[in-house]
Amino acid sequence: MASDSAFKRLPANPADAVEIWVEGQAVTARAGDSVAAAVLAAGLGPTRTTPVSGSPRAPYCMMGVCFECLMEIDGQPNTQGCMILVTDGMKVSFQRGARDIPECSA
Amino acid sequence: MTESHYDLVIVGAGPAGMAAAIDSARAGLRVALLDEQQTAGGQIYRRVGSPALRDRKILGPDYYYGEKLVDSFQRCSIDHIRGASVWEAEADQLCFSVDGGSHRLTFDALLLATGAQERPVPFPGWTAPGVMTCGSAQIMFKTSGLAPAVPVVIAGSGPLLLLVACQLVRAGVPVEAVLDTTPGSHYREALAELGGALRGWRYLLKGVRLLAELRQAGVPLIKNVRQLQALTGSDGQLERVEYSHRGRRYSRVCKTLLVHQGVVPNVQLSRSMGLEHFWSEQQQCWLPRCDLWGESSMAGIYIAGDGGGIGGALAAELQGRLSACAIIHRLGRINQGERDEQARGLRRQLDQQLAIRPFLDRLYRPAAEFLHPADETLVCRCEEVSAGEIRRIAGQGCAGPNQAKAFSRAGMGPCQGRLCGLTVSQLIAEVHQLPIEEVGYYRVRAPIKPVTLGELATMAPQSSHHGAGEVAEK
Repeated sequence: MASDSAFKRLPANPADAVEIWVEGQAVTARAGDSVAAAVLAAGLGPTRTTPVSGSPRAPYCMMGVCFECLMEIDGQPNTQGCMILVTDGMKVSFQRGARDIPECSA
Repeated sequence: MTESHYDLVIVGAGPAGMAAAIDSARAGLRVALLDEQQTAGGQIYRRVGSPALRDRKILGPDYYYGEKLVDSFQRCSIDHIRGASVWEAEADQLCFSVDGGSHRLTFDALLLATGAQERPVPFPGWTAPGVMTCGSAQIMFKTSGLAPAVPVVIAGSGPLLLLVACQLVRAGVPVEAVLDTTPGSHYREALAELGGALRGWRYLLKGVRLLAELRQAGVPLIKNVRQLQALTGSDGQLERVEYSHRGRRYSRVCKTLLVHQGVVPNVQLSRSMGLEHFWSEQQQCWLPRCDLWGESSMAGIYIAGDGGGIGGALAAELQGRLSACAIIHRLGRINQGERDEQARGLRRQLDQQLAIRPFLDRLYRPAAEFLHPADETLVCRCEEVSAGEIRRIAGQGCAGPNQAKAFSRAGMGPCQGRLCGLTVSQLIAEVHQLPIEEVGYYRVRAPIKPVTLGELATMAPQSSHHGAGEVAEK
């Protein structure tokens, strides 16, 4: 799934490495990366498909306005990937169509 | 967190919010500042306290200017509530969500310093993975030291377009072309505002230097670009960009297309509070109605920085300080004379900062094809509603953007109209041949940020207590 369309890391100030899991794949990110940035750096995506036509989408504004980077992060669907920072062991999956509403265990 | 009361609550830790917080805290006010990010700075000074890029030349001194402000802010005695999404505000209280729990704060004064967002840039193909905003490229520089996938093409209009192109070049990222969509006629029209432009000569000089830097780097700057279109390959990813120039059609291969058509105030919170807004012909967007101190149509609610009208980072800082003067006076810490004395110097500097705006607004007003996109262009990205669909429902009698939600679901998706609101109003105004002010804007309702039922439920004990009280009183 990784493609050659990855964003490139430029020489950066030191920061811890953080390992997250994206669609079951281990991805090394930089502490301070948003989930969306980490996914783009790994060359993964598109990060969601739309509920209406199923067309692919990927992060667009990176500042919480467009909601194109909605992903499922640590089990929470409809989460803005650009607003959440990576943490070690975080599990990320791409959102396909509308989120599922889990059945209530009343 | 329990319910808390503050003299002043500020939303947004950009230059306006930070400057207001510093002055208010120094005057002895009990201040809380809520911000969605974990670090202060807003988008303009994002992560400037611990920048990702090692090479300071890439972003340049205007970015690192923010270090001083962030440092002063961090030293002042306020409650900085990080990672907080404010999802509802009223005259004397607001609700926000942090780490999956919701909380309520009450206040005597509220300052909205919610800044700007990039103006929506609807054109065919703008939803394709690989098309991003110029602002997003800057954010990735600032927070992760990431450069976009090459080949990169930049398209649109406005100062940020040139700045981002230069920053990419400085970072060693080859820019295939800058496609400037500013119509040629705008240069002539902007001459009428030359007086103000000359007073803001520092900004003019900066623009000239950016152009020279691009020329020196050999980046093609193609002016008068029209009919921009992004095209995808079989994998659905952006593959190339097409455009017209002097009557001919061109195609360029690219993996990233960075687009930009200026910035507009982020009015989601001010709208949801029911504050008065008006249509600014000059800036081609809605602005909250405020007095010279930034006080909105609701007493005690102030707006500073780009959220009240686009003026840039330095103007925002001054506006934040002006609103702080008014708030400190309002809460009885200084008298009117002291307030006016403090404001005098700030206003003089603000006038200087804003002198260039009429020139820039005139020059970089988006081309008609972005304000009134062709029928096949998607305007609502969330619900995939095209410009043609909006024109069709308007022709059937849909009178305004709120009806358009019911007719077409435009504006009903998770972004709540942030990316289609301006365009939908403009298209309906076009069909009905009405001024946009008469057509109006979406009614924005809380919660303005997605909040789960679980998060809401964390506030339940308080709410049910209030509810029980109301019932008992009846």
